[in-house]
Amino acid sequence: MYATSYHRASSVEDAVRLHGHSEESKYVSGGMTLIATMKQRLASPSDLVDLRHIGSMKGISVDGRRVTIGAGTPHAEVAASQAIMAVCPALCHLASHIGDPHVRHMGTIGGSVANNDPAADYPSAVLALDATVVTDRRSIPADGFFAGLFETALAEDEIITAIAFDAPDKAGYAKFANPASRYAMTGVFVAKTGGTVRVAVTGAGSDGVFRHAGLEQALQGNWSPDAPGSVMVDPSGLMADMHADAQYRANLVKVMAKRAVMAAG
Amino acid sequence: MGVEGIGARVARKEDKRFLTGKGRYTDDMVAPGMKYACFVRSPHAHARIRSIDVAAAKAMPGVIDVLDGKQLQADGIGNLICGWMIHSKDGSPMKMGAWRPLAHETVRYVGDAIAIVVADSSGEARDAAEAVVIDFEELPAVTEPLPALEGGAPQLHPEAPGNLIFDWQIGDPEATDRAIAAAAHVTEIEIINNRLAPNPMEPRATLGIYDAAEDHYTCYTTSQNPHVARLVMSAFYNVAPENKLRVIAPDVGGGFGSKIYIYPEEIVCLWASKKTGVPVKWTSDRTEAFLTDAHGRDHVSKVKMAFDADHRVTALKVDTVANLGAYMSLFSSAVPTYLYATLLSGQYAIPAIHANVRTVYTNTVPVDAYRGAGRPEATYLLERTMETAARELGVSPAELRRKNFIRSFPYQTPVIMNYDAGDYEASLNAAMQAADWAGFEGRRSASAAKGKKRGIGMSCYIEACGIAPSAAVGSLGAGVGLWESAEVRVNAVGTIEVLTGSHSHGQGHETTFAQLVAGRLGVPLESINIVHGDTDKVQMGMGTYGSRSGAVGMSAVVKALDKVEAKAKKIAAHMMEADEQDIVIENGELKIAGTDKTVPWFQVALAAYTAHNLPAGMEPGLKETAFYDPSNFTFPAGCYIAEVEIDPETGKTEIVQFVAADDFGNIINPMIVEGQVHGGLAQGIGQALLENVHYDPQTGQLLTASFMDYAMPRADDLPSFTLSHQNTPCPGNPLGIKGCGEAGAIGSPPALINAITDAIGHNRLTMPATPMKVWQALQPAH
Repeated sequence: MYATSYHRASSVEDAVRLHGHSEESKYVSGGMTLIATMKQRLASPSDLVDLRHIGSMKGISVDGRRVTIGAGTPHAEVAASQAIMAVCPALCHLASHIGDPHVRHMGTIGGSVANNDPAADYPSAVLALDATVVTDRRSIPADGFFAGLFETALAEDEIITAIAFDAPDKAGYAKFANPASRYAMTGVFVAKTGGTVRVAVTGAGSDGVFRHAGLEQALQGNWSPDAPGSVMVDPSGLMADMHADAQYRANLVKVMAKRAVMAAG
Repeated sequence: MGVEGIGARVARKEDKRFLTGKGRYTDDMVAPGMKYACFVRSPHAHARIRSIDVAAAKAMPGVIDVLDGKQLQADGIGNLICGWMIHSKDGSPMKMGAWRPLAHETVRYVGDAIAIVVADSSGEARDAAEAVVIDFEELPAVTEPLPALEGGAPQLHPEAPGNLIFDWQIGDPEATDRAIAAAAHVTEIEIINNRLAPNPMEPRATLGIYDAAEDHYTCYTTSQNPHVARLVMSAFYNVAPENKLRVIAPDVGGGFGSKIYIYPEEIVCLWASKKTGVPVKWTSDRTEAFLTDAHGRDHVSKVKMAFDADHRVTALKVDTVANLGAYMSLFSSAVPTYLYATLLSGQYAIPAIHANVRTVYTNTVPVDAYRGAGRPEATYLLERTMETAARELGVSPAELRRKNFIRSFPYQTPVIMNYDAGDYEASLNAAMQAADWAGFEGRRSASAAKGKKRGIGMSCYIEACGIAPSAAVGSLGAGVGLWESAEVRVNAVGTIEVLTGSHSHGQGHETTFAQLVAGRLGVPLESINIVHGDTDKVQMGMGTYGSRSGAVGMSAVVKALDKVEAKAKKIAAHMMEADEQDIVIENGELKIAGTDKTVPWFQVALAAYTAHNLPAGMEPGLKETAFYDPSNFTFPAGCYIAEVEIDPETGKTEIVQFVAADDFGNIINPMIVEGQVHGGLAQGIGQALLENVHYDPQTGQLLTASFMDYAMPRADDLPSFTLSHQNTPCPGNPLGIKGCGEAGAIGSPPALINAITDAIGHNRLTMPATPMKVWQALQPAH
């Protein structure tokens, strides 16, 4: 790791102020990606602004079907939340399968969404749930948030403070894990609210998380595990690597969509 | 033998310190004034070095010095060598290219060491390493064995035209060809044995300490054989004479073969300590381990197996190309030859065998022994072929094997080995019964009803362990003998130290070696200490690999104990005024047989050291040494059965049961043996389903350089194993031990691939059988 200066922020405003002291600052929350990357000397921020001690960014509230999750909430808390379980168990299921227990107790939803790793789980939920990404200065709808591999609509010094969404009628998540990293080699989150179905795919797109119109249409017409089978999933635009080529990922998109619908019931 | 003797499930003595974080590993060692090293490594798979500029690096904060290969060469430090001479079939010796500890002319794989930076902290050393400026002229690279042999392939070493290291054969080519020509059926198959990274939990590390006042070196290192390390560094690399070089391998966190070899880092850190005047420590990080630890396997083979009309195997013909990487590592030449082709008879009576092996240089890290070392490659080849033959002949794979089993011993194979004992049918029967082989078709139907594809496969392995008779390996080209030493030191109060040349890096010697002594003398386990891993404490020894510590190392302890016992009996007889022939040792006492007259063990020990009243002419003390040189290899064997269920939608394989029936001869500690089998199975299953070293064939970059891309087996990848042991004691050593350290990794890959190919209905599948590859194999076009 290259030398870096550590700052502990006491509030969101304090964090933005600390971040402004250098052009090479980075926010760190759970650090599950950033710290590992720094240890490999692949990232070298001059300053790290730690968001973990900002109380206002923590905690889960469920008001009717409105779910708000503080950006600093670790995955383990989401996984274990009875309040979320009551309205959107698919999100608890998703959170319970991120990384390993250590990661789930350190990594946060805000960090995961801000990082937008193309193989991370949370972006698929945010997109399929039509969630709002709440920042220190605005609210960004999910459809306008994710902007390609590790890219988002966030300004350099902008901080996600919460993720909010209305719990759908039904939702399900199915992921096929990379055998080595256990990240999603393909993960599909489906959500149905009234007659509207949203399907978001992570781990497969060469441009990061994306919605699949064909699957959404098919499931809108026929909310059934059988529906994805007849959908054409185009391998072009999907990632190819030593673990999975595009053709195989295209297959996984359909199979995981089917299993996500089965899980949603 | 008592509750702590041979056969007892004694909890491991060493685990308290390991489980509480109190183990003392090389990286835990601290020497006064110690500094930290970082190696500058090649980012290219193949390049000429035009120039190395260390000026900027030397000026970096905290930097003590930056040293390169020209300086190393000028100081007379030698090249790394391969210690096993193989001759090609035309009689020419193997073509060994120069492996410089620090390359200054040409780099030949990504990770090849070029310079060492010594600095106040490891961070500063690393910063400075990045500031070393090297002007490379990039050269084309080749990473795979068959392309490396083709005309026009990039050439690695001027000593080895066409990248061919040797073209070796064993067996009778004419008799084999005749039998194949006359066969009723010939099964032909191509076998690829995938390349693996060893990944011990503790990465390699070394601490070199030069004492100028004494002109003496101390080397702490992660070694499976510190004495061999000292011998090689002294005799070949010209680091220091043996009496001026102490090598200590303290607690070592796993080796699997990768810590047998001497690597550039030990040599360079010792030399750098002298150059800089400070102790120099280097600790590998995980990616450095992927890049620079010797890899395993990497064979491509063509096989023909001939049968007569009665389904008896009449011949086996094998043509193998083995990738040895960029340089010849210490024992690399022995692995695809004498540790591989000599096991190609398997458990079967095969009248004619011929194997041809070509080894090649490629722009990859050197390949050497990895858990099993040659024997997994032989077993995978043979057992995949046998299974394929059974399918082609339309007979049960169990019956085809049964028909061809060797049934009388000793049995001389056509490929050197002389099997001393075994009962292959006993393991086959035990495995089939444990797996409920007969009920499989019912389970297959049940899986099919759920949309799953179920398959079952077996593997009957044999391996040669307890390596090895020194004269025999000497005649085959080994540069060393493979005996073992032991010293049993009884202290004046009767407690005992056993010094062994074996080295424990996870095997549990501190428990099993103590069990041997406790059972023999009837003294408590706590009164026995096992000392190993330090060339200043233990006399010359050969270390631990090839499942040899029990069969060879403990046999040496038995010989030393024989001498200790004989002397103790003389003393006891003298004390009790009895005939020494009448003395027996029971429950920690020396007793006149058939009487109640005894003298406790500690009193005999005390008498030996007070020496007030010893038999006339007897020397004081109670300490004996012994060397044991085995008369033959040992031959553990067994039958493994894997049953899998495949999800055809994703190609994911679930192992629904795994049965291992092993004949290890006599067993010292069943719990430790089970642990060894579990670990071996995990590695074998890793090879079959998950693990693969992947170099980009164009650039030679290692794409699997971290656990993000190299799939190590995790607990949830593995089933609960069903184990059983059969026992035909080894007649060749005093304890009847065969060895158990490698069996799991040897027998399991073919059982799994046989099961998966059974499930998918064809043979077109290579390891690792990843979900993608299995899914692809299930597509109609495949």
